[in-house]
Amino acid sequence: MADIMMWEAIMRAHDEEMANDPMVIAMGEDIGVVGGTYKATMGLYDKYGEQRVIDTPISENGYTGLGIGASFLGVRPIIEIMSVNFAWLAMDQIFNTAAKVRYMSGGQLQAPVVIRSPGGTAHQLGSQHSARMEKVFMGVAGLRVVTPSNPRQAYGLLKSAVRCNDPVFINEHELMYNMRGDVSEEEYFHPLEGSEVAREGKDVTLFGYNISVHWCLKAAGLLSKHHGIEAEVVDLFALSPLDREGIRNSVSKTHRAVIVEEAEPAVGVGAEVMAIINEECFFELDAAPVRVSALNVPIPYNHAMEKAALPDENDVVQAVRNMFGI
Amino acid sequence: MKDTDKKRVLREMLFARRFEERCYEAYVERNIGGFLHLYPGEEACAFGVLEAAKPGHDYVITSYRDHVHAIKSGSDPKKVMAELFAKETGVSKGRGGSMHIFDVANRFMGGYALVGGPFPLAAGIAKGIQMQGGDEICICFLGDAANNQGTFHESLNMAKIWNLPVLYVCENNLYGIGTRIDRSTAVIDQYKRVSGYNIPSAQEDGQDFDLVYKAANKAIKHVRAGKGPYFLELMTYRYRGHSMSDSNAYRAKTEERMWSGRDPVIMLRDRLIESGALTLDEYKEMDTAILDEIEDEVIRYAAESPEPHMSEVEKFVLAENDPWVKGGVQ
Ligand SMILES: Cc1ncc(C[n+]2csc(CCOP(=O)(O)OP(=O)(O)O)c2C)c(N)n1
Ligand SMILES: [Mg+2]
Repeated sequence: MADIMMWEAIMRAHDEEMANDPMVIAMGEDIGVVGGTYKATMGLYDKYGEQRVIDTPISENGYTGLGIGASFLGVRPIIEIMSVNFAWLAMDQIFNTAAKVRYMSGGQLQAPVVIRSPGGTAHQLGSQHSARMEKVFMGVAGLRVVTPSNPRQAYGLLKSAVRCNDPVFINEHELMYNMRGDVSEEEYFHPLEGSEVAREGKDVTLFGYNISVHWCLKAAGLLSKHHGIEAEVVDLFALSPLDREGIRNSVSKTHRAVIVEEAEPAVGVGAEVMAIINEECFFELDAAPVRVSALNVPIPYNHAMEKAALPDENDVVQAVRNMFGI
Repeated sequence: MKDTDKKRVLREMLFARRFEERCYEAYVERNIGGFLHLYPGEEACAFGVLEAAKPGHDYVITSYRDHVHAIKSGSDPKKVMAELFAKETGVSKGRGGSMHIFDVANRFMGGYALVGGPFPLAAGIAKGIQMQGGDEICICFLGDAANNQGTFHESLNMAKIWNLPVLYVCENNLYGIGTRIDRSTAVIDQYKRVSGYNIPSAQEDGQDFDLVYKAANKAIKHVRAGKGPYFLELMTYRYRGHSMSDSNAYRAKTEERMWSGRDPVIMLRDRLIESGALTLDEYKEMDTAILDEIEDEVIRYAAESPEPHMSEVEKFVLAENDPWVKGGVQ
């Protein structure tokens, strides 16, 4: 085991996959000479050269489309979009081409691209650098969406995503690149479907993904310590497709569900997980499921307002207390 | 080019014309649904360029006006028609339709419905060619109005800085649906617009097969030699409305007459008659044979083919049994 940071885990996955297959390339803004805004491609330019580690112009739709076109011929591009906010400009190619080309060609073409991008809200970056867009990506057929909550997942998810024949969007987080965690020294491929139980519990299930897994874990600690409630924390590292079985199993055990998301509530992960609970195990419920979400606002610059707009572990604790009437 | 080859091309162009006209009828008969964009009037563009290329070896990508480009790339017209009839035997298994003809075995990389969408895809295919080290090129056919998309500028820029083997062919038919080019576009001559990206370009009469062929040879030679992208603008005209839902009321009759006097099929035919390589009777026989072939083979195949199985409606969304979804075979 090595205790490394998230960016190092992502960089290692790039490095191993590029060494393994000469058709794997990395592309994005400032990923080459500079090594990436969050260092995720550090050192690759010197090692693999400018043909395979490509500093792109600031043309999100253009270079995403170029990567998709190259993937038709067996190239395996790992495309970094510097911030998920800029991915809006590449939606045309991601949705209209990558997600649909296998289907509309009757299975003749595939677009095995990986698109990685930091989503989430960092500190005081303002409205146009604070979008949380996972809900947008997960609503489209033909695209896989995964989101790591720790370095082990970040490493293993990227490795599997590169080799998988589907387009995969990896939703990372600006605040998590320096987060530490154990990653095995041995090569590891993380599944692209499923969920993980991050903490066992029996009284209520807290569903989280990416950064909100950490709020859930903190909340679970507080609930245990102060209220004697043992919460189970389920890490939804795969947002599309969501793990129906994992959701059903946990709710069938705890009979209560809280979904914690960093994004605005409408049409989001919370809404979708609730729908799945309804469809899969409604009669297991002892209480109506709740979601803990951001306020429905563009993220403000003012620090206190920004904090108020986003959920945290205290909001999760409060939601559980309300549910138990304590 | 020898006269025997030109006669073959004439037959292919006439076949394409009759194929498209028959699509029109099949649409009226409700055998074809959705959007249908036809190519009559513009045939010399696809045939002139692809005659100079290596269809089946070079990659071709285009917009929704794609039937003829696929056929010239090597697609079986029966399977193209079956696609339009939404049949399992269609090139795209009935999942694509008129705007999404795909025939990857012949390196026809698809018809795409988003105006400007194929620009970066073509550059990406060229990147793939470059990485594989082959001598193929990618040829991207798009309309004039597509050049007002950001992807046009983004792709030309990237194709140039990375020296990609891609030929962009602009089929300038002077309209984007009903909007005439001078009402939508600041620079009318499209070949001039690429000078901002330091890419060589040319403009040619898109109605004259011989001229297109010659210009395309020059362009393809440049790209295949590894000298980077090239942009070829072909001045042309579509006879019908933009699609079947277009009343075509926005164009002056005098303009339409002017262009139909420069019909690419008739121009090539008359040239061959003049040179003594063809007689009018031979041409008429050719036409009859084509009409029979389309009716007896193409339409019949499409009509008699089975529909896709409804049990397979969810097939082709994602890869089947991809081991990496489960974290590989460990
Ligand atoms: C992104 C996008 N915007 C608008 C449309 C609707 N549309 C379809 S074709 C077309 C005109 C395109 O004209 P041009 O590129 O000149 O090609 P032509 O049809 O003349 O061959 C428009 C506006 C579309 N399909 N995609
Ligand atoms: Mg046009």
